Amino acid sequence: MFTFSSIKQYHQFLASTSNGCTQAVQHYLAKIEENKHLNAYLEVYAEEALAQAAQLDADRLAGKPLGKLHGVVCAIKDVICYKGHKVSASSKILEGFTSIYNATAVEKLLQEGAIIIGRNNCDEFAMGSSNENSAYGAVKNALDESRVPGGSSGGSAVAVQAGLCMFSLGSDTGGSVRQPADFCGIIGIKPTYGRISRYGLIAYASSFDQIGIFSTDIQDTALVLEVIAGADDFDSTVSIKPVPSYSTKLNQSNTKYRFAYFKEVLEHEGLDKEIATTIKAYIAKLQAEGHTVEPVDFNLLPYVVPTYYILTTAEASSNLSRFDGVKFGYRADLKPSDDLTTMYKKTRSEGFGKEVQRRILLGTFVLSSGYFDAYFTKAQQVRRLLCDKTSEIFNSYDAILCPTVPTTAFKIGEKSNDPIEMYLADIFTVFSNLVGVPSISIPLFKHSNGMPFGLQLMSSHFEETKLLNISEVLLGDSNYRHNS
Amino acid sequence: MANTNETATSYSPSGVRGGDKYEVVIGLEIHAQLQTESKLFCGDSAAFGGAPNTHISAITMGHPGTLPKTNKKAVEYAIKMGLACNCEIVKDNYFARKNYFYPDLPKGYQTSQHTTPICKGGIVPITTSEGAKEVELNRIHLEEDAGKSIHDWDDDYTCVDLNRAGVPLIEIVTEPCLHSSEEAYQYVTEVRKLVQWIGVCDGNMEEGSLRCDANVSIRLKGEKSLGTKVEVKNLNSIRNVKKAIDYEIARMIAIVEDGGKIVQQTRSFNADNDTTFSMRDKEEANDYRYFACPDLSPFHLTDEFIKGIDEALPMLPNELAALYQKDFGLSAYDAAQLCDEKETSDYFNAVAKENTNYKAIVNWMTGPIKQYLNDSNLSIGQLKLPAKTLGALIQLIDEGKVNFSVAATKIFPVLLQGDKQPLQVAEELNLLQVSDTNELEGWVDEAISKMPDKAAEYKKGKKGLIGLFVGEVKKLSKGKADPKVVTELLQRKLG
Repeated sequence: MFTFSSIKQYHQFLASTSNGCTQAVQHYLAKIEENKHLNAYLEVYAEEALAQAAQLDADRLAGKPLGKLHGVVCAIKDVICYKGHKVSASSKILEGFTSIYNATAVEKLLQEGAIIIGRNNCDEFAMGSSNENSAYGAVKNALDESRVPGGSSGGSAVAVQAGLCMFSLGSDTGGSVRQPADFCGIIGIKPTYGRISRYGLIAYASSFDQIGIFSTDIQDTALVLEVIAGADDFDSTVSIKPVPSYSTKLNQSNTKYRFAYFKEVLEHEGLDKEIATTIKAYIAKLQAEGHTVEPVDFNLLPYVVPTYYILTTAEASSNLSRFDGVKFGYRADLKPSDDLTTMYKKTRSEGFGKEVQRRILLGTFVLSSGYFDAYFTKAQQVRRLLCDKTSEIFNSYDAILCPTVPTTAFKIGEKSNDPIEMYLADIFTVFSNLVGVPSISIPLFKHSNGMPFGLQLMSSHFEETKLLNISEVLLGDSNYRHNS
Repeated sequence: MANTNETATSYSPSGVRGGDKYEVVIGLEIHAQLQTESKLFCGDSAAFGGAPNTHISAITMGHPGTLPKTNKKAVEYAIKMGLACNCEIVKDNYFARKNYFYPDLPKGYQTSQHTTPICKGGIVPITTSEGAKEVELNRIHLEEDAGKSIHDWDDDYTCVDLNRAGVPLIEIVTEPCLHSSEEAYQYVTEVRKLVQWIGVCDGNMEEGSLRCDANVSIRLKGEKSLGTKVEVKNLNSIRNVKKAIDYEIARMIAIVEDGGKIVQQTRSFNADNDTTFSMRDKEEANDYRYFACPDLSPFHLTDEFIKGIDEALPMLPNELAALYQKDFGLSAYDAAQLCDEKETSDYFNAVAKENTNYKAIVNWMTGPIKQYLNDSNLSIGQLKLPAKTLGALIQLIDEGKVNFSVAATKIFPVLLQGDKQPLQVAEELNLLQVSDTNELEGWVDEAISKMPDKAAEYKKGKKGLIGLFVGEVKKLSKGKADPKVVTELLQRKLG
């Protein structure tokens, strides 16, 4: 029977199995079928994946050079473009739309021999924290199907959590990779803003969006990151900094790290008591092991969620203007007497879900004349202050420690009628998107309610190597490793 | 579109009732499409005239997930124009999004410079019947063009062609400092010449590479504050700029004189009857919700980059015309003619390196060459007459080996056919003037003997008859006889 624990283990298996890729794809297709009710996949590319697997098996037997992700079976969030395949952002407005080009990240995966087995359900246009905002139904948490997997990359998280692929790509604008990773008990990383090209990632908020990776192994995370990161002629916001070979730089050394944590965060009223206690105990353990863990003031905490929602909705209101029924995607049925404005209004009212419409309206409001300075400009100023504060912290510390989410995975339907409460759940994750630093959620803990929760780590810009190393050290400690 | 019945009434701009009391204030916005190979934010072709929707990729179409990347050449061209107009070049720039919905705007926003135009201030010198004037610029900024909505191809649908969407534009905005349609006419002429001269835009107004909008208002003379303005669009020729302004001035004065109020509007020029009509009132204006485009990093221009562009900038028409007068001794009129088009002055400069008879070069260029180009509908750039050849031809005349008329009518047409040298052609066609007295004497004697009566009359004092003999010698020599030497010989022989 096929089993998967890491890409390294899988590649060893392939070395001695002539049809290993095919076995892997067959295994995942069966698992996906078995777990259809979780609604993690919107579409599965069964025949195509099998054909690719057969080709890769043949290539390997023929002694052809193998890619870094040779035969690795993965899935992509339904906001990442894959040429010749549908992409809908889990929205009705893009129903039936097929991408005519590859996202840069997809291009790089394919070049290294990865097999994309399907596209994952998510919150519509990556807007949401529970994956309940999909036009194609909610995704269920495989550990407790009455609970949400988190969002917006819920489908991608569950695909890894439930063993429906080896790794998956999500996108993280305010925690959309780290929060579902936390809820599902897996690893989720959001690299530095600009580390991975956004070309082909359907934009929610351009200055926040970043492709992220779900996996169950830090080594795998590192390998996938080194494949998909780097300069791109099609994205002028991506960094031209060389990409370190992260996967070869992981060494479980005895380095003693300097961690900072925000006192205000651990004392926050919204934070689950048990999570607070567990993390405080964990801090004490780290200190006992010789690491430095110190509190730093963070009086801007109350401002991060409002700042995040003002800026992201502003950008979203403009980014989503192109979905207008004119060129592609959904167009409302019209009466001959309907004029252009009616076409726009009907199409967008019928095509976008409630949460997306809410954010477009909010963003339009904060950008409108008369309110621009009070909201948008102010929020930009706060963002600047946060950036200054962050550089200051990373002058003295290797990483910031923080819970990923204030609670464990909540019940489906529990918060879906209260957008404000839902927004506040992003309080610990939006920070790294506001300032652009890399951050990761690692599955270290288990709550007495049976659900997993993670520890969030942030490092300075482009310090992914350090972030992955620390994660490897902390995860290597089996006492705390969560076993799903 | 509200096409009101105003179009039925025609106002005459001249002799407007009460017109003397008013001062006209005009500001112009010129959109010039930059002649870059690719679009402002992607690699799609920026060329004019492809079949509809052939210069479009996922990026131009605004497909989900696509991103812009700034075309450096377009930035360079904008700076070039800024330097040519003496603008201040702004070093720290960013692009903003101007948000509005329209079918030919694929992304739902236009990427444009809002608060940081790449060029600030600046001047464009013009000359009108009232003398020289410097037109003050407010700014030159970069932006992308929209696509084209075509309403008359289909009865039920509007067709959209996105070839033009994303083509780089510069918008050149004047201060409200023009005071007549003549000034506006001269200004647009000058800007058109300038963009062509420095090679940033082909200046073709019919194809829409150069488009002009006019903001027109009137106020009582002496009044400090500006009157309510009207923006006139769709001015697709320089003449129409003038006509539309004339019409607007007359229309506005008539309204005010009749006790009415001018409404702030956007109007369109109707070239069929030289009038304007209202497109929309100001109240319908959009809130464009400008904000910095988060998909494009702000860009900084280094002094070195700007200096490089400045050094590569050709001498501007005004500077060059002054130089022609000062260094080459040409008249102001000749100098201005040479500086009408860059290609013209380039050709002149090339010939001037071969031959220093500058006036003769001008005469050739404004005479036979111009006529030939006009007749064959060619531009000077298409002229197949190397500068060296024209230089040699002029020298041949200066040396008295051929005369101008033979050169222009017999040698010049042959030179246009191939790469022969003037001397070679003159020899082959046996056109070299003979100044050898021995050879000439034969023709002179023959001419005199042909007309003994006239010779006698000459001798009696009718000196004017000499021309007759010269003409005869010319005929006998088939134009080869040097008229100067022939005249001397005749004078001697006729006594």
